[in-house]
Amino acid sequence: MSIYLDERSIVIVQGITGREGLYHANRMRAYGTRVAGGVTPGKGGQTVDRFPVFDTVAQARAKSGANASVIFVPPPFAADAILESADAGLELVICITEGIPVHDMLRVSSSLPKRTRLIGPNCPGVVSPGKALAGIMPGHVFAEGGVGLISRSGTLTYEIVDQLTRAGIGQSTCVGIGGDPIIGTVFVEALADFERDPQTKGVVLVGEIGGSDEEDAARLIDEKKFSKPVVAFIGGRSAPEGKRMGHAGAIVSGGGGTAKAKIEAFQNAGVPVADSPADIPRLIGSKLDQLSRAQT
Amino acid sequence: MRLLEYQGKELFAKAGIPVPKGKVAQTVAEAVAIMREHPAPSVVKAQVLIGGRGKAGGIKFATNEADVVEPARSILGMSIKGEIARRVWIEQRVDIAQELYLSITVDRARRRPIVIASAMGGMDIEDVAAKHPAAIAKYPIDPAQGYWPFVGRRVAADAAIPKSVTAEFVHVLGKLYALFFDVGAMLLEINPLAVTKDGRLVASDAKVDLDDNALFRNTWLEGWKTDLPDHPLEERARKSGLAYVHLDGDVGIIGNGAGLVMGTLDAVKAAGGEPANFLDVGGGAKADIVREAVGIVTADPKVKSLFINIFGGITRGDEVAKGLVEALNGGGWNKQKLVIRLTGTNEKEGREVLAHNGIAAVETMTEGAKQAVRLATG
Repeated sequence: MSIYLDERSIVIVQGITGREGLYHANRMRAYGTRVAGGVTPGKGGQTVDRFPVFDTVAQARAKSGANASVIFVPPPFAADAILESADAGLELVICITEGIPVHDMLRVSSSLPKRTRLIGPNCPGVVSPGKALAGIMPGHVFAEGGVGLISRSGTLTYEIVDQLTRAGIGQSTCVGIGGDPIIGTVFVEALADFERDPQTKGVVLVGEIGGSDEEDAARLIDEKKFSKPVVAFIGGRSAPEGKRMGHAGAIVSGGGGTAKAKIEAFQNAGVPVADSPADIPRLIGSKLDQLSRAQT
Repeated sequence: MRLLEYQGKELFAKAGIPVPKGKVAQTVAEAVAIMREHPAPSVVKAQVLIGGRGKAGGIKFATNEADVVEPARSILGMSIKGEIARRVWIEQRVDIAQELYLSITVDRARRRPIVIASAMGGMDIEDVAAKHPAAIAKYPIDPAQGYWPFVGRRVAADAAIPKSVTAEFVHVLGKLYALFFDVGAMLLEINPLAVTKDGRLVASDAKVDLDDNALFRNTWLEGWKTDLPDHPLEERARKSGLAYVHLDGDVGIIGNGAGLVMGTLDAVKAAGGEPANFLDVGGGAKADIVREAVGIVTADPKVKSLFINIFGGITRGDEVAKGLVEALNGGGWNKQKLVIRLTGTNEKEGREVLAHNGIAAVETMTEGAKQAVRLATG
């Protein structure tokens, strides 16, 4: 098992004729993902690098049986692309695009059907190691195993996964939820899905300054609504107030969203918070050891 | 993009939200001309983005062209918490019977626009929330449903808005909601929303924050940009499309991806150093971008060592290495004061380029951070 994505997932790429779309479609296929082709309006009927191109997501789904999409289209058209995939009945929509207007995402959030799980935008995608990769993550750093990972960051995720893999700790699914203020899937939702996944024995949660999603996750854990071991890391401890740290969502404002508040919330919920990414393998490793000792 | 009060009021006026009559002046002579044309009891307000201008002496009064000289002269050029007031907004005074509060902002957790209102306006809403939480009404609006008058009536009732102005309040809130989507606002705040002695509502202040990602739909607003970056290097970085934030330390930092750069700053701090900046080259950076990034970070005279931390996904290691070598060959920086960590996509090719130019890469972020701190102090 794993969540959201596995070896049976059939993926299409929206914006497949663009430079990044095509590059990553090839990399996803090289990883072993079933990439059925892509969509670029007006370019239906063409073939790029052996990928069939369709005009609409509905056509792509009808032809290929696709159930997931990865979106690489430019910001002004991305919200439309998300809703097109949802409308065509896809279960998983991963939006890589950075720079989508917040109001577009407010509209998308309010009309997204329940059957569609949106990841992102402004995210690196989803990997279920050994099964499938949908997004822009570098596949070689991942290894299959029992740790689920949820992160607001992209490259910091690779950093942490690399450390886990080197320490011999594999991953069930790694979900990059994105660094924007309005995102399709937040920590508590991904935690609920990991709770139901038998492959996942524990979770590493990578948060950052801004917003209150980390505090919400801490509350969920504190209320025992998530039962598996969790280790957290919060990026941006040294960020001053009022300075936006790259991500549109990463800003400490009006005293809210500080790293300190998030770290305290986790600690109060009994979740160890790593001082640096290098500490994460040790912390989650010992949690998992305790768990397996308790079970035997 | 945050707007100055006079810009916010212009937006409000265009959207049909009542604002006091007023004009903006950049010089004392302009202020005098305004008062000559409209001799009436007026308020002269410093146009700054920072709060607390009243306490700092940035709000004064005038009634005619003679007595506006002193207020205009003292406010223009005044520094309020480090921000220079380059303009004054001169508006006719309104006789205020009561001060209300009204705003719309983005509620991240609910993924909805949220209306916040209170009959206790004119003070910091955070204070009201702390001391009188019951005096604040909040209502998240579903964009699919949009704004309907019942929302305004409900908010007005919950916030104890005077009944005499409820109909007007419902109307103003509707206009504010439409404006929120039209301009792609992150925050529209009217504090105070004044109830005048003759029973009208007037937006006595305007706080507007727009989503930079939505500006492409309202290109006419781009010319309104007045919030100067805190540091000249931030302006240079913005032009190159780089996310750069100037900080006070001496370890220069370049990385790819906001999260990794934040993590790198934290690692430098944990190693006992002080980061000089945050610089994210973004995803898929090419050699020229990396070269420019090195140029920006090292243009800061405080920088004593440079730590480049790249974990390639969409960014390719060989491109980063190429840009770095170009920057070093151009005399951009001393190799001895450089630490680079390069891994991920095309790391092997990147390391080869570096090795060919006599640059060794470190293995981990922690190791790199320690070495960069050592170089800055040594």
